[in-house]
Amino acid sequence: MTIRQLTVFVENKKGALVEITTALADNGIDMRAMSIADTKEFGILRLIVNDTDRAAEVLQNMGILVKVTDVLGVKISDRPGHLSQALRVLDDNGINVEYLYAFLLRTDKHAYTVLRVQDNDLACKCLEDAGYHIITDSDIAKLLK
Amino acid sequence: MSNYYQIDKETMPVEDIRKVQSEKLVKQVKHVYENVEYYRDLMDKKGVKPEDIKGIEDLHKLPFLTKLDLRDAYPYGMLGKPLKECVRIHSTSGTTGRRVVAFYTQRDLDVWYECCARALMAVGGTSEDVVQVAYGYGLFTGASGVQGGADKVGALTLPMSSGNTERQIQFMMDLGATILCCTPSYAAYISESLKEQGYKPEDNKLKAGIFGAEPWTQEMRRDIEKGLGIKAYDIYGLTEMMGPGVSFECSEQTGMHINEDHFIAEIIDPETGEVLPEGAKGELVFTCLDKEAFPLLRYRTRDICILSREKCSCGRTFVKMTKPMGRSDDMLIIRGVNVFPSQIETVLLKEGYTPNYQIVVDRVNNNDTIEVNVELTPEQFSDTVGGITDMEKSLANAIKVMLGINPKVNLVAPRSIVRSEGKAVRVIDKRKLLD
Repeated sequence: MTIRQLTVFVENKKGALVEITTALADNGIDMRAMSIADTKEFGILRLIVNDTDRAAEVLQNMGILVKVTDVLGVKISDRPGHLSQALRVLDDNGINVEYLYAFLLRTDKHAYTVLRVQDNDLACKCLEDAGYHIITDSDIAKLLK
Repeated sequence: MSNYYQIDKETMPVEDIRKVQSEKLVKQVKHVYENVEYYRDLMDKKGVKPEDIKGIEDLHKLPFLTKLDLRDAYPYGMLGKPLKECVRIHSTSGTTGRRVVAFYTQRDLDVWYECCARALMAVGGTSEDVVQVAYGYGLFTGASGVQGGADKVGALTLPMSSGNTERQIQFMMDLGATILCCTPSYAAYISESLKEQGYKPEDNKLKAGIFGAEPWTQEMRRDIEKGLGIKAYDIYGLTEMMGPGVSFECSEQTGMHINEDHFIAEIIDPETGEVLPEGAKGELVFTCLDKEAFPLLRYRTRDICILSREKCSCGRTFVKMTKPMGRSDDMLIIRGVNVFPSQIETVLLKEGYTPNYQIVVDRVNNNDTIEVNVELTPEQFSDTVGGITDMEKSLANAIKVMLGINPKVNLVAPRSIVRSEGKAVRVIDKRKLLD
């Protein structure tokens, strides 16, 4: 069970990021979560949006490099130490996390954490066995409704 | 003290030079026609027979040779002597398709080393000198040429090869090197390193440097001269002819005397191939008069320069050439290594990249830098930073294997490389190489 993330290659030039966010806004794309990894030469923007396919199409038509990546979403209690507990489960099972980012909900007492691992199925199973709720695309769709 | 290695040859009257060249040319054309099938075919196609060449006035009748011919004839097609009479191979830094492999008989080596001995003595070299050779030893001609010259002069050679600057400096200081031979950028680097270690220019025993294999400016010359407390001289050559020493600078430092008893130099219009009068700027073409094993006639160097026969205060009568002022092809010289954009393109395609790339060359602190920007395709795009930097590293390594120099690779967005009229600009050379 995974959620779909839109990954965008961001050139290291003035206005590159605003160009992307403006295009998404103009096409009515709603962002649920975002994270950016940056190096001296380029950035990688990761987005969870309401309509991944439409967002990908919009950016592709602008000549921007995009990729849809399956990532894992986990619901974590918004309390100190709870993220560590979830990560410990993965670590104990020898699963490496390549990157993660989280977003808080206004209504819920939970944080949603987006995880990128090599083996989604294995990580999903380990977390579910440990009692965690894995987020689906329909969970995402329900957000902000 | 005489600054000549062979005064009778180096100062002979111009009419005598022409006479010697004419006599040698007639013999050489006969040798090539009889022994080098590739060139015989070219002459036959042009309808020129050896007996049509009676002197240098007939030189223009002969067909040109280019790097392309050397590629077609690789590896043995240009051989003028049986392999058993050859004693050495040298090669350019180029790789597949562009590599030039040259052969030498013992006599070829002797002539080459004599040319380098002339260059060493022209800058004041004697048997008292300690010559530090910091060109890379191996296939590259640089080190072998100057060491051979130093042997002829009777100087003491320090065969350091390039790199390991700390050891270079230690030997230079401990063993009192007096003449340094390397690329100008490496000389500048050694000079900087000496300064960093707290040495002043007067602390070393160096008196002169002979620097070649890459373009350098007068400004760089002044920097090196000041930093090392020496006189810095230029030397020119190419593997196709033999290596360094085809021409060399004298005390006047106003151009390089071509060893005209061994080579005929012409300047041509690179577009039409027409021979231009003395003083005109054009492409330099060389004819080897003495080479036995790899006897190239009318070889187009692609270097653009001017020849001048103005009287030189050093007494030499050999014609002088300016430093190359550019190229009539797309070859770049980076850290002394010949680089063609097509070589990088070959690697990109082999590694599964698009041929949409741009090479950016610059010079930082007198050292050449090369960056290769390559457009990513959607299939190659990875969502992790590590994924992309790993690809960059692996591509940089593949290019290094091809060129012998380490580039920085940047993977960039599709269509981000500027295209002029639909065609990408392949090379941006930011170095200021000409005055």
